[in-house]
Amino acid sequence: MSSDTSKPRVATADGRSNEERVVTVRGLRMRYGSVDVLDGVEFDIRRGEVVTLLGPNGAGKTTTIEILEGFRVASDGEVRVLGADPTRGDEEWRARVGVVLQSWRDHARWTPRDLLSHLGRYYLPYSTPDRSRPYGVEQLISMVGIEEQAEQKIRTLSGGQRRRLDVAVGIIGRPELLFLDEPTAGFDPQARREFHDLVHRLSDLEDTTILLTTHDLDEAEKLADRILILAAGHIVADGSADQLARQVTREAEVRWSRNGEKFVHSTPDATGYVRNLLAQHDDIADLEVRRATLEDTYIAMVQQHETGHPGQAVSAFEEVEK
Amino acid sequence: MSPRANAIRTGIQRGWTEFNLSLRSPQDQGFFIFMALFVVGFLFFNRDNEVEGTTLLYPTVAMPSILGALVAFSMIIGPAYVIAMEREDGTLLRAKAVPNGVLGQVTGHVVSNTLGILPSFVVILIPGLFLFPGLMSNGAQGWFTVLWVTLLGILATLPIGMIIGSLAPGVQKVGTWGMLPFFFLTAISGIFFPIQGLWQWLQVVAQGFPLYWLGMGMRSAFLPDAAATLEVDGSWRTGWTVLALALWATAGLLVAPVVIRRMARRQSGSQVEAAREQALQWVR
Repeated sequence: MSSDTSKPRVATADGRSNEERVVTVRGLRMRYGSVDVLDGVEFDIRRGEVVTLLGPNGAGKTTTIEILEGFRVASDGEVRVLGADPTRGDEEWRARVGVVLQSWRDHARWTPRDLLSHLGRYYLPYSTPDRSRPYGVEQLISMVGIEEQAEQKIRTLSGGQRRRLDVAVGIIGRPELLFLDEPTAGFDPQARREFHDLVHRLSDLEDTTILLTTHDLDEAEKLADRILILAAGHIVADGSADQLARQVTREAEVRWSRNGEKFVHSTPDATGYVRNLLAQHDDIADLEVRRATLEDTYIAMVQQHETGHPGQAVSAFEEVEK
Repeated sequence: MSPRANAIRTGIQRGWTEFNLSLRSPQDQGFFIFMALFVVGFLFFNRDNEVEGTTLLYPTVAMPSILGALVAFSMIIGPAYVIAMEREDGTLLRAKAVPNGVLGQVTGHVVSNTLGILPSFVVILIPGLFLFPGLMSNGAQGWFTVLWVTLLGILATLPIGMIIGSLAPGVQKVGTWGMLPFFFLTAISGIFFPIQGLWQWLQVVAQGFPLYWLGMGMRSAFLPDAAATLEVDGSWRTGWTVLALALWATAGLLVAPVVIRRMARRQSGSQVEAAREQALQWVR
């Protein structure tokens, strides 16, 4: 993140900063037929934050992001994006929002250079003294690393190259707020790292607020100031990677076997538990202590909410005896 | 420059780019050549047939009618497929994601489709003028009529194509919603034979659509005045041609923006994703 002088953060009683809210979502519902895909989603995004939305397939991540983009009308709830209701956002609002789309086969005959300079022209009237629009085409091409493909027909680009072009198209208007739906799907590790650098750069240098979805927990941890987990139609967790990690590392999993029977127990104090266990029994075998990973919490949270036992305290491991 | 004016200018450039890309695309070149071979070949095999009740040869009468039908085909079926495709492949969504993008997109379609009629005319008319002497009876004035009939015909039919493309549930459905009615209409609109042989009510139906008037307008441009005896009323009915095409143009220009706006509003990434999955399924 950028230095504290450029982004003063005023801590409030709840420990959160008091900056301008770029996105506000309250009581968001999306109903398809008789099924509520989103059932009371609530969250905020403040200016300059990078927020990752995690969740299982079908949890409604894409629906949520499309509602914020103004591409889809919510069944109920209040949504404000850059001060406007996205379904009523005018073209000036549109110029301030960047959307990275999962393209497929559009503009097959165009070259990346032609497409970028064409789409950039729409932003010319929206250039302001402190935010010149659009980006220069050559600058963009090198930012996303498609210099070599700039003159090829788009249909000859590989999946990863196309995704980079998608990112370039999404940021061409120098957006204040950028939405990315699974931006790194199909990226190789190197492209992924370069993309992460790009996100940091947009966030640090351009003060772009970013909301992205991903399935990659490692990516979420690397990129996000804050992680939201969407499951069973609600936001079930909201915190920095550190905060979520602390929730996880509080507990550890202890496995052992006794008389051929296997046991698993999770506890915040593994050392004490093991000491006690060994003191009580002298036939303990296969002893194993494991710290939970971010993946474990994520899966535990999602499972709990999907099987319909929300509300109970989140624990990474449930006590199992087999 | 106002944002909307800027978008229209950007759209004009887009149309020009699309037109150039189309000229260079082997796929589109193939279409133009195939069409030219088909039309010119068809007329060539009928080159010695005299049209009943006149001394005119069949190609002389059919060529203008076919050019009229070609304008309608290029403005209705072409854009209908392209717009239905752009809804599925994400082109429209891209336009929607940039400020005034849909306005630019529609402008681009108008420009590229209007320009797109040129190569069709060239590949049919140039061999036609060599193979069938006496095709144009009215000199410069006739060519002027070709020009205004074409332009008015574009205005009358392009909105129809855009509306079909916006309403069709999918690319494959354009065949049912666009092609089938179009071919039926072609059969009853006096393109390949005069409509007087048809039932009275069918003649009335045909004259309710722009295709009939496009064909007749083109015949009035190419054929000598004496040939007007072949028409329903024994005259070219130029005033009626202008009126009918202008009415269709007005209706189209009123309805198309509403339909396109409604269609664009409903466009979302999930729709594109669903289309992609369906396409994959379809191929399998």
